[in-house]
This record gives sequence, C-alpha cells and structure tokens, in this order.
Amino acid sequence: MFMRTALLVLRKDVAVEVRTFEILLTTLFFAVSVVLVFSFAFVREGQAPPDAAAGILWIAIAFAGTLALGRTFERERYGETLRALLLAPAPRPALYVGKLLGMVVLLAIAEAVLVPLIAFLFASPLFARPLLLVGLLMAGTIGFASVGTLFGAMLIRTRTRDVLLPILLYPITVPVIICGVRGTAALIAAPPDETLAVMWLSILSAMDVVFLVLALWTFEPLMTE
Amino acid sequence: MSVRAHDFDSVQLSGISRHFGRRRALSKIDLTLRSGDIVGLLGPNGAGKSTLIGVLATIVAPTSGNVTYGTATVGELGPRLRQRIGVLAHELYLYPELSAEQNLAFFASIYGLDPAQAVPAALERANLADRGADEVGSFSRGMRQRLALERALLHRPRLVLLDEPFTGLDDRSVGAVSDRLRRLAADGAIVVVATHDLDVADGLVTRVALVRDGRLLVDEPALPGLRARYRTAIGSA
Repeated sequence: MFMRTALLVLRKDVAVEVRTFEILLTTLFFAVSVVLVFSFAFVREGQAPPDAAAGILWIAIAFAGTLALGRTFERERYGETLRALLLAPAPRPALYVGKLLGMVVLLAIAEAVLVPLIAFLFASPLFARPLLLVGLLMAGTIGFASVGTLFGAMLIRTRTRDVLLPILLYPITVPVIICGVRGTAALIAAPPDETLAVMWLSILSAMDVVFLVLALWTFEPLMTE
Repeated sequence: MSVRAHDFDSVQLSGISRHFGRRRALSKIDLTLRSGDIVGLLGPNGAGKSTLIGVLATIVAPTSGNVTYGTATVGELGPRLRQRIGVLAHELYLYPELSAEQNLAFFASIYGLDPAQAVPAALERANLADRGADEVGSFSRGMRQRLALERALLHRPRLVLLDEPFTGLDDRSVGAVSDRLRRLAADGAIVVVATHDLDVADGLVTRVALVRDGRLLVDEPALPGLRARYRTAIGSA
C-alpha cells in the first residue's frame, strides 16, 4: 500500500509534467544558464580553476532544485490538490515519498544534462570514475530533495513560500552540498582520490538516512492543520 | 478492525474547539450527525463552517475535544477512516493539466478502486462522458464542479462533506446534485452541506446546524421557512 501510493503519486506527477514539460524545461534552462554564466566568469583560455567544475555542478543542482520544488508544490496548491492527497486512505508519508521520487527523477534528468555540459565547458574529467560520480549525485540529490520536499509541502499554505523555501532549505542542505562538492572534487583531482570520494559518499548516505527518517516521521503532523 | 465492515452510523463531535493562533475558529461544538441525515451547515462568512468540515475530514486537528466515528476515534481508525469520507471543498481538488479521465483514474487508484470500472460510470453521472479526454483546465466552473463532486463520491463514502457544492451550477445541475445527495442519504450516508444558498438548502436539508463566530447556535430538524429562521437566529445572536 505504501509503495503503491508513492508510485501512484509519482506517475500522476509525471503525467502532469508530460502535458506541459513546464517544470522540466524551466529547470533545465535555468541550470544550463547558471553553468554558462559561471563558464564565462571562470574559464580563461580553456582553463578553469581546479575544483571549479565540482562547485558549479552542485550550485546548479541546488538552484535548479529550488526552482523545481517551488513549481512542483505550486501545482499542488492550485486547486488545493495536496489536501485531496491528504484525504486519501493511504499512509501520509507515502505521499511524501511519491513527491520526493518525482523531485529525484526531475533532478536526475537535469544532472544528466549538466554533467556532460560542465565536463565539456570546464574541460573537467567528470567521467573518470562514472559509478562513484553517479553515487555521489544520487546521494546528494536524495539528501537535498528529501529536505526540500518536506519544506515545500510544509510551506504550501504560506503566503511568502517563495522566499521562505530557500531561506529554510539552504542552511540545512549546505552540508549535503559541501559533501557533494568535496566528493566530486576528489573524483576530478589528478590523480582521482577514490578513498576520499567514498568517504564523502558515506557521509552523504548517512545524512540521507537521517533526513529521510526525520521527514517521514514529521510529515503527517506537519501536514495536519 | 475494518472500517467498512463496522461502518459508522453516526459521527459525534464533543466539545470541539479550534484556535489558529489567537483567533478562535471553533468554540466547544457539540454535534451528532446520523446516518440518513442531510445536515445544512449554515452561517455567515468566517463562521467556522470550513474549519468544521476540515475537522470532520481529519485534515484539521481540533485544539480540544473529540470526534467519534461510530465508536472509534481518528487515532484508533487511522488512514482506513479516510476510505469512508468524501470531501468536496470550495477548491475542487482537481488537476487542471490532466483530463477528466486521468483525474478520476488517479483518485480511483489512490482509493484502491479499479479505474476501468469507476471512471466511465463517474463520467456518465457527471454528464461528461463525451469530454472525458479533455483537460479539466478547459472546463467551465459548472463542469469542474460536477466532476469534482463525482471525484469526491467515487469511493462511495459514508460521510460526505460538501463545502458550497452548488457554486457555478445551473438550475438543472443544482437539481441533479440535490437528487444525488438525497439518494446518498437514503442509502445511509451522512451528508453535510455547508452553503450560503438558503433557497437550495431549503427543501434539501433534513437538519440545520447554524454556526456563527465558531459557535453552534442552532441544531434542529429543518422546517419550512429556512431563510426566516436563519435571519432570526443569526440576527439575534
């Protein structure tokens, strides 16, 4: 029942998105714009400062993720459909997991565009250790989206939600972004430091567990008015 | 314990109060709703009608007091209780980007129903069988209202909570919705209708609960001349 409900919510979010591609296109456009601006600022004669690619990748993910979170929950606010979901005879944390899966899928698509773009513009060996990079990106995305989805849902009835979301989200997800940046920087170092990358991946995974447990625990009381 | 197997015949609110910060939305409401009732929840804007519906729907937690569904509370019944509650709010709980069919199919699935069976019948009842594939965003308010009503009733709820269900409906649709509510009550549902439309409520509701400033002023069987009764009760409060 739990995973069935979560997958139903995910499938519904995909069906809504496929009708317009509104969130995907705006998120991608914004993320690519961020990367392009940074590439003009930092790349000189085909050379970028060391580790810049790692930082810019995670900044683009965080900014694009915040934009996507805001729009995703704006959809649920219009027509008060989040309330309709809360009225369903399903465990309410399953609704959270469904929304979280939607955000993770959306950010994964954005990352699939961002990684090759950054590798190209910053001449960065991001594909040197592809499995570890995918692990870092997934763990970082889950950590960021788990907090963002909870706050996005929590702030849905707040008038100043657009301002409050980044104000609340960034201080809590800064450790996730730092781990992502340091882990990615270890991977693109010459030579790549796999041990260091695995350490950052482990810390990210531990943070994911903490964030997910807290979010699942608090979602229902936070959603009850 | 299955809620459907031991379906509730009454809902009892005991001493329900709800405060939002310093604002008192509901104050010590005692009310019993029984199977077969169509309760008109009447009162001016800001009286607390929507909050009371939210409490009955389990999405607004009371600051104090208890709601008992049959013999059990929300805490005892858990999510299964929501299988027996249907809500049509002022906002319609529909995704405008999706078609009528997709909306109904999603909600049917989330209530554990077979969309292949539930959706065509609901579209037929909403008189939207030929518009099922169209985006809900392209519908008129009346069409969306009819669709939203069917969405709320897809799972044959025992407790039907309707907040201004007649908004945007033409006279024919108002008649059809009223008949639908009478049939639901005749089948044993508890129907609660919060409305400002006293003309429609007069003749539809079997009981009247008048609310003002979060207090229940009147709880009595509906009698002819509802508008005059309403004016007297609200005016004298």
